Amino acid sequence: MRTALDIDAAIERMVSYIRTENIPEPLLIGIHTGGVLVAEVLHRKTGITEPLGTLDISFYRDDFGRVGLNPQVRASHLPVSVEDRNIFLVDDVLYTGRTIRAALNEIFSYGRPARVILGVLVKRTGRELPIQPDFTGMELELAPDQQARITIEASSLAINIAEIPG
Amino acid sequence: MSAQPSRSIQFDDQGNLRHFLTIDALPAETLVQILDTAESFIDFGLREIRKMPLLRGKTVVNLFFEPSTRTRTTFEIAAKRLSADVINMSATRMSTTKGESILDTVRTLEAMHTDLFVVRDHASGTPHLIADHLPSHVRVINAGDGRHAHPTQAMLDMFTIRQKKDDFSRLRVAIVGDILHSRVARSQIHALSILGAREIRVIGPRTLIPTDIQSMGVNATTDMTDGLDDIDVIIMLRIQRERMDGQLIPSEQEFFNRYGLTEEKLRFARPDAIVMHPGPINRGLEIASSVADSSRSVILNQVTNGIAVRMSIMARIMGGSGR
Repeated sequence: MRTALDIDAAIERMVSYIRTENIPEPLLIGIHTGGVLVAEVLHRKTGITEPLGTLDISFYRDDFGRVGLNPQVRASHLPVSVEDRNIFLVDDVLYTGRTIRAALNEIFSYGRPARVILGVLVKRTGRELPIQPDFTGMELELAPDQQARITIEASSLAINIAEIPG
Repeated sequence: MSAQPSRSIQFDDQGNLRHFLTIDALPAETLVQILDTAESFIDFGLREIRKMPLLRGKTVVNLFFEPSTRTRTTFEIAAKRLSADVINMSATRMSTTKGESILDTVRTLEAMHTDLFVVRDHASGTPHLIADHLPSHVRVINAGDGRHAHPTQAMLDMFTIRQKKDDFSRLRVAIVGDILHSRVARSQIHALSILGAREIRVIGPRTLIPTDIQSMGVNATTDMTDGLDDIDVIIMLRIQRERMDGQLIPSEQEFFNRYGLTEEKLRFARPDAIVMHPGPINRGLEIASSVADSSRSVILNQVTNGIAVRMSIMARIMGGSGR
């Protein structure tokens, strides 16, 4: 199902939050894959000068013992030290909170940031951990059998909502 | 004891890699996944905290029936970086009751809740035998068995080649020295051919080249001048003094004169050819010090890459092993 969700407005909300916070020399880090797509747009629109960081949290997931490793693992790439820095951590969809838990663990393996601020394009229902975003593009109420995915279509972001075959 | 390559035992019913025993008959996709995953471990040694939680709570037993320093050490570092508990067992075993005593040892260790065995033995097929007799949640990695296979060494060599040379389909690779006794060469030949190397050549005295080598899709020659012509990657093998029966090479000096890689012989290869060696090197026997220590040599890169590649293989086979 395709929905007429206003992604541009959602992105603008996130951009405006980052600008309003007015944090000196922040780092922007996106989580693979959807979070990197969102972070790239935010990086461009906010004019953050430090290069964009990317995280693949495969090695920090909590379901490795159950499902194993994703066939395609990308290298995490944090071009600048996180030590004592203010970080905007960005993902596409906040669902159970487990990805963010893993991402925080991975960031801390690089050092001790001063502050981590979480922004997500879509905040959906279904949290399993006490993790909430600091800023959000949009909120969606989705059933457990529905999945929201961010893709790039005609060089702009799109949200696809699909039923997971049960 | 069978040394047959058994693809089936290496995969579970869903087609996931479960043991890493031999490269023979693995699909190219599996090898590429291992190399790609290793890529993400390469910079890991530079992090503030060089540990990731992937194998937290798992027990890895390094079961070495044959001495080894660097292989055992890099396996140990790899497992520890993935947060596993590691136990090193350097055992000698009675030759009379071989099979039985190995399985008894393994069953005892399994009863202590070992999750992964890393096995090296002087007999071909021991890792297969062990994998065959363990419950399905316990994994086995072959760290070298007899003359049969040394698959993790071959994978770290492939990783090093890809790092320096990129595309296998354009590469001519020469493996030089004692091919006959070398489990490393056997695994390298399988890996290179699965990854689509343009040409694989073996160079060595007739007595040290297996007679059926052509059936592996390999060209063989006894002459270094012809053999190194147009070669992109030179892999020197260690002359295994302890495996020599005395009849196979006339003398160490003559071997060095004919096959030892010197700067003069290196000129026969392509000007950008790299030099590899699985270690430990015998300086002045199969390779001259000036070549081993030159900028063309990637021998120390191989050692460093060994950690990332072994982490990758452990991560790949241990997934979904929760009981």
